[in-house]
Amino acid sequence: MSDYLQVDVEHRLGDLSLRVSCALSAPWTVLFGPSGAGKTSLLRVIGGLTKPDRGRVILHGRTLVEMESEAWVPPGQRAIGFVSQRPTLFPHMNVTANVSFGLSGLDGPSRKERVGQMLDLFQAGRLAKRMPGDLSGGEKQRVALARALAPGPRLLLLDEPFTGMDADLKVSILQPLTVWLTERDVPAIYVSHDVAEAFQTVADVVVLDHGQVQAHGPANVVLASRREQLLRQLGPGAG
Amino acid sequence: MDQQAIFLTFRLATLTTLILLALSIPLGYWLAYGRARWKALVEAAVALPLVLPPTVLGFYLLVWMAPRTAAGRAVSAVLGHPLAFSFAGLVAGSVLFSLPFAVQPVTAGFRSVDREILEAAELLSPGRARILVWVLLPLVRPFLLTAAVLAFTHTVGEFGVVLMIGGNIPGVTRTLSISIYDQVQDFAYAQANHTALLLLSLSFLALLLIYGRRGRAGV
Repeated sequence: MSDYLQVDVEHRLGDLSLRVSCALSAPWTVLFGPSGAGKTSLLRVIGGLTKPDRGRVILHGRTLVEMESEAWVPPGQRAIGFVSQRPTLFPHMNVTANVSFGLSGLDGPSRKERVGQMLDLFQAGRLAKRMPGDLSGGEKQRVALARALAPGPRLLLLDEPFTGMDADLKVSILQPLTVWLTERDVPAIYVSHDVAEAFQTVADVVVLDHGQVQAHGPANVVLASRREQLLRQLGPGAG
Repeated sequence: MDQQAIFLTFRLATLTTLILLALSIPLGYWLAYGRARWKALVEAAVALPLVLPPTVLGFYLLVWMAPRTAAGRAVSAVLGHPLAFSFAGLVAGSVLFSLPFAVQPVTAGFRSVDREILEAAELLSPGRARILVWVLLPLVRPFLLTAAVLAFTHTVGEFGVVLMIGGNIPGVTRTLSISIYDQVQDFAYAQANHTALLLLSLSFLALLLIYGRRGRAGV
């Protein structure tokens, strides 16, 4: 897979000075680093929720932002799905209305069919008529994923969406998600600060610290070259 | 009780409330999410009627809309008569005077919407109008109700602006509050008492509606 995403941005936010220049090509990239490293800020810049001070983001050859020429594609036109740690479902809409919100381009029957497919994918079909306030944390996250994937994004951004979930629940969501992404050739960037989670995968890893890329490559290569440093960074209990 | 004044007052309050709701949604949205440097200037101007004596507002409206001014001539050309001492003049004065009572709750409503919910909508929808209609307006509905009730009741109770702009023409500009003033001037205290009781009850019920809903919503 050639580079699907090129990021070369600078952005200052409070104490954090984000300066990232990298190109991603792996279907699954883990963005790894300690809290405050700039992981979420980077995802927000890619998703269009934050305008960087300088630089550009190119996705599949399309310039999403280039501050020098003031080129700017709004978040809703980027075809990027974004799921955050806290599922932010629309509280006044039931599950079906939540998932169909991003499908304004489809006619009624097609929209209904797509919503059904997405809910079935995450074993959430029985939740269709429920309101977000009546759902558990895991159920909300399933619906949030179904909503993010329903419009057919060209990139999925996952900002620690499984934090606080037990391993079984996490697997039950991750398994259909990875199948869906692989079948459609949709890459994903997954934020984590859990070293075991980050380096267990077959993904590429981008290690971010103090707003800058410290390492980037296949998980096993990055781990081998930075094992001591990563363990030090994570404290005496890690290992 | 002055039936004409009751009908006129409720007609004025309904029209003013509808106009204010239509104005307060875009204005409140802009005040909540806009980034213009001069936003504070607009915010201060909107809040001005809260501290300004109604007679001052009424006086300036009379001056600006006088038939010899450009604005006055334009209004006369559209309406076929000057703004002063007309029902249209009352509506214009009421809209300006009750502006903060509608705009401030709506702005507060937009500001209260969880930023992450708004961002989730922005990521899923290319259209701001779609986000406004399907996500924001349903979420700020209680604030819209508050704005409508406050604008309506405040218009019903207006006195200074109405008197300055409209005078006291039965069936055209004499509202309930002016009717009470007239009745007191005529020593018709029983009639004034009935009219005052009507206004008092209406205002109390309106506030009860707002606080009752807030109590049920747990806010």
